[in-house]
Amino acid sequence: MDMALAPETLARWQFGITTVYHFLFVPLTISLAALTAGLQTAWVRTSKEKYLRATKFWGKLFLINIAMGVVTGIVQEFQFGMNWSDYSRFVGDIFGAPLAFEALIAFFFESTFIGLWIFGWDKLPKKIHLACIWMVSIGTILSAYFILAANSWMQHPVGYRINKAKGRAELTDFWQVLTQNTALAQAFHTLSAAFLTGGAFMVGIAAFHLVRKRHVPVMKTSLRLGLVTVVVGGLLTAVSGDTLGKIMYQQQPMKMAAAEALWDGEKPAPFSVFAVGDVDKGHNRVAIEVPGLLSFLAKDDFTSYVPGINDVNKTEQATYGPGDYRPNIPVAYWGFRWMIGFGMTSFALGMAGLWLTRKKFLLPQHLRVGEDEVPRLALLPNKALGPKLTTWYWRLAILTLGFPLIANSWGWIFTEMGRQPWVVYGLFQTRDAVSPGVSQTEVLISMLTFTALYAILAVVEVKLMAKYVKAGPPELTEADLNPPTKIGGDSRDADKPMAFSY
Amino acid sequence: MELHDVWFVLIAVLWIGYFFLEGFDFGVGVLTKLLARDRTEKRVLINTIGPVWDGNEVWLLTAGGATFAAFPEWYATLFSGFYLPLLVILVCLIVRGVAFEYRAKRPEENWQRTWETAIFWCSLIPAFLWGVAFGNIARGVKIDARLEYVGGLGDLLNPYALLGGLVTLSLFTFHGAVFVGLKTVGDIRERARTTALRVGAVTAVLALVFLGWTQADKGDGTSLVALVVAVAALLGALVTARAGREGWAFALSGLTIVAAVSMLFLTLFPNVMPSTLNEQWSLTVTNASSSPYTLKIMTWLAAIATPLVLLYQGWTYWVFRKRIGTQHIADAAH
Repeated sequence: MDMALAPETLARWQFGITTVYHFLFVPLTISLAALTAGLQTAWVRTSKEKYLRATKFWGKLFLINIAMGVVTGIVQEFQFGMNWSDYSRFVGDIFGAPLAFEALIAFFFESTFIGLWIFGWDKLPKKIHLACIWMVSIGTILSAYFILAANSWMQHPVGYRINKAKGRAELTDFWQVLTQNTALAQAFHTLSAAFLTGGAFMVGIAAFHLVRKRHVPVMKTSLRLGLVTVVVGGLLTAVSGDTLGKIMYQQQPMKMAAAEALWDGEKPAPFSVFAVGDVDKGHNRVAIEVPGLLSFLAKDDFTSYVPGINDVNKTEQATYGPGDYRPNIPVAYWGFRWMIGFGMTSFALGMAGLWLTRKKFLLPQHLRVGEDEVPRLALLPNKALGPKLTTWYWRLAILTLGFPLIANSWGWIFTEMGRQPWVVYGLFQTRDAVSPGVSQTEVLISMLTFTALYAILAVVEVKLMAKYVKAGPPELTEADLNPPTKIGGDSRDADKPMAFSY
Repeated sequence: MELHDVWFVLIAVLWIGYFFLEGFDFGVGVLTKLLARDRTEKRVLINTIGPVWDGNEVWLLTAGGATFAAFPEWYATLFSGFYLPLLVILVCLIVRGVAFEYRAKRPEENWQRTWETAIFWCSLIPAFLWGVAFGNIARGVKIDARLEYVGGLGDLLNPYALLGGLVTLSLFTFHGAVFVGLKTVGDIRERARTTALRVGAVTAVLALVFLGWTQADKGDGTSLVALVVAVAALLGALVTARAGREGWAFALSGLTIVAAVSMLFLTLFPNVMPSTLNEQWSLTVTNASSSPYTLKIMTWLAAIATPLVLLYQGWTYWVFRKRIGTQHIADAAH
């Protein structure tokens, strides 16, 4: 059979497409839930209307986004059984448990409290309504943790034994699966990247309004919250990324050698900035390198030996038998660079923004502005940027609002494709994981269906998002400012329209 | 009772919970075409399930995840075997979820009508296909010695399973109509009752044939009890719906679903997916289940989390307990 259309290839494409797509919505959901909850908390505590307007504005975008996250998540729950039945049979004893935990603990939390939050504005007292969005936020984070623990087990299987009679892996220590260092580092890295994503999204949209001098008080608050989120999220993403990288050097040296296109082990090993590889010949044709840096990234010093692709391939052949244990090197190499490049660009812009828009003591009197004025951007201690550069900063912020989304996608493509040919590292190969009973036609139909459906929904979603972004924060109504005092709503007027309805 | 038997019961409970809750969701979706006279009434219907449909759907995801964890072989055979029907269900659930959330987010009539059509079809099709799927599980399918499904799509579309599909479709629509009677005020509430009686009568005939067929094929004493309860509950639901006792009618239409799904699971046990090729090749609670350690952890999870879920999900229904009518629907799109 033509390899390009083999069921395994199609199933992998489908998994890649549906999962990367799903993960466009996940980080935004995680971060916007928490950020919206933060804004609503500010409203409840200070009663300043700008916070409520911000809550409603970001809450709306959050809802448009989470709707897609939820529905594309349904596919994930069933896809393993549909396309990867032999994988499911092999790992179900272990891999199924965190998925069940995720559903029973996190999904119920999210889905129930999101309903309460959406429809609860005129049904719940202020503080209980606020608690609902926090519950949603906790749900999203728990959900991320369980699924990352499951994925970490694929990266680095622990707490299991092989049952030869049944031909499967069996769980021996669930706690270890949940708390192994791979899971902790992955969760830390993914969650901080989620906040970088939400922060950059917020900054970009706030900049869109600020450059037009519209909705200034709400957008200024959003800008500041977004910038702080970007800087904190970006910093933690970098730190956790470094930790995760070091863990990977120990657990999957092949993935990290591929990430560097380091064909042969070196001591000290250089960090490659740019390279063009030649897979067949096993070396790079062109390379620009920083001496010693890779040793540092892998082992925390500038002199250590780092094994190369060819070395690890030989070791794995000795351990697992004859075969080619190299992943797709260009994808791993470039995926790694794009992940870091796009992510850190947003981080840098956030740091610049935080400095440029600083206020109070760091800014001289003549550059300070009032509550409802667009902040002056001041690069030097004493001088504001000219109008041209100012506009450019806002424009850059708008243009890069999706950069972390690209970084996230490449991060996943890198970590999943870098693990190939394994689906569970060292235990189970991807080619053995597909459903033997599912025909090529069936996988092709399902892959094309999801791809087409997702493409249509992407257009719908982005247009809707753009509409609500442009509309800006809503004006507050009488009902918004007078939330009910009783659960179920005050019964002042039984025929009053609902504050929100589908 | 061993742990894998406990988990057989728990999986049954999850599916029962799913069909009970999303059953009326699906029904309401179907009724948007059958019951609503204008677009405001359509919105009334959609908003009776607005705050809760998402939480209801999680019962399905939990059933999926729990089957994966407790019975990996069942999960693998079922979802790779029923590939295309499941694909259709997934597509419908995706479109339906988006439709609920996005419909009112633009004022254009075209936009809203498109999503309304989507809500109707994407409620109707899964309501039918779940019955087909469970009909096939109960009846048995072609499973070989490696526990793989080896039948084709045509094998799944047999008369018994198709009848099962009609039963779930009509039963869910009935359940939905009773729910609408319980959750609305005004004219639509009255019409919901008339519709419930009509759909309920059709359901009674279909269900009696389907469950009788199941009993004749696979039944024993306990399944007969479930059958009698299902039929009695359905008739009770009709009588109480006619008398305008909406709360009772809803409890009884729900009990019908509980008893009917229980009956299918009772005829299955100790199989989870019987093979029609050779009895030895059937998936059972023993050969399809996870290790005792995994089942133990899962049991702890279920014991702690399920009561909590029931508690806060129940609370949601209490918060949104007020009936709604056309007067509660604001004109402007949000």
